[in-house]
Amino acid sequence: MKITQDIKDSTIIMTLDGELDASSSVVLDEELSDPEIMKYKKILVDCRNLNYISSAGLGVFISHLQRFEDAQIKLIFFNMQDKVRNVFEILGLDLLMTIVSNYEEAITIADE
Amino acid sequence: MNNSIRVSCTKNNLKSIRSFVTEYLETLALSDVLMNQIVLAVDEICANLIIHANNEDPSKYIYLTVTEPNNAVQFEIKDNGIAFKSSDYKEPDILEHVRVGKKGGVGIALVRRIMDKVEFTTKEGTNAVLLYKKIK
Repeated sequence: MKITQDIKDSTIIMTLDGELDASSSVVLDEELSDPEIMKYKKILVDCRNLNYISSAGLGVFISHLQRFEDAQIKLIFFNMQDKVRNVFEILGLDLLMTIVSNYEEAITIADE
Repeated sequence: MNNSIRVSCTKNNLKSIRSFVTEYLETLALSDVLMNQIVLAVDEICANLIIHANNEDPSKYIYLTVTEPNNAVQFEIKDNGIAFKSSDYKEPDILEHVRVGKKGGVGIALVRRIMDKVEFTTKEGTNAVLLYKKIK
């Protein structure tokens, strides 16, 4: 799992590249646990190259969701592959998290 | 084609398990979504066995075998670790997980929703998990 960050004012775009399983999701958890991230108002997660996610990866997002919500930080996923989105849907996470088609939509929703 | 593997109990080996299952399923011409679901179900069970049943002890092993009963695919995963008590299993309350910031505990729910049959058995110190999915 390779995670890159691109910062634009109050927005952080996090690009995930690879697979999030029980082994690799630790890296994502460290990134999201970094207190620095709470400085931003919007976290946009680019999932174009996220090829796989298991419950361990989902668990990382589930565990940070309330913390971001309490801090009024918007967490938005975009460019998600169908097979990965399907895993969110199996647990109904697509109803609790914001998943949009592309970057333009992510920016629009983030600015609302 | 090779239909079984033995894997030592480290989390790094989950990737090899997924590759093995993917390679096996590739001959069946499944959709991307279905293929991913089946790989995920096997990965979730193996992760649980490696982490919880065998404490990530690399001197211990899990054994995975794939077969194709009529219009279905079936996985049997065996190990000698701590047996999973399926009677203790409760469906997770995802909203509660979000509220308390819980990381784990949704893997088996995924497996049960994906597969048509999930069975846990223990006989003479060997645990077996059977996963069955109709594909036609």
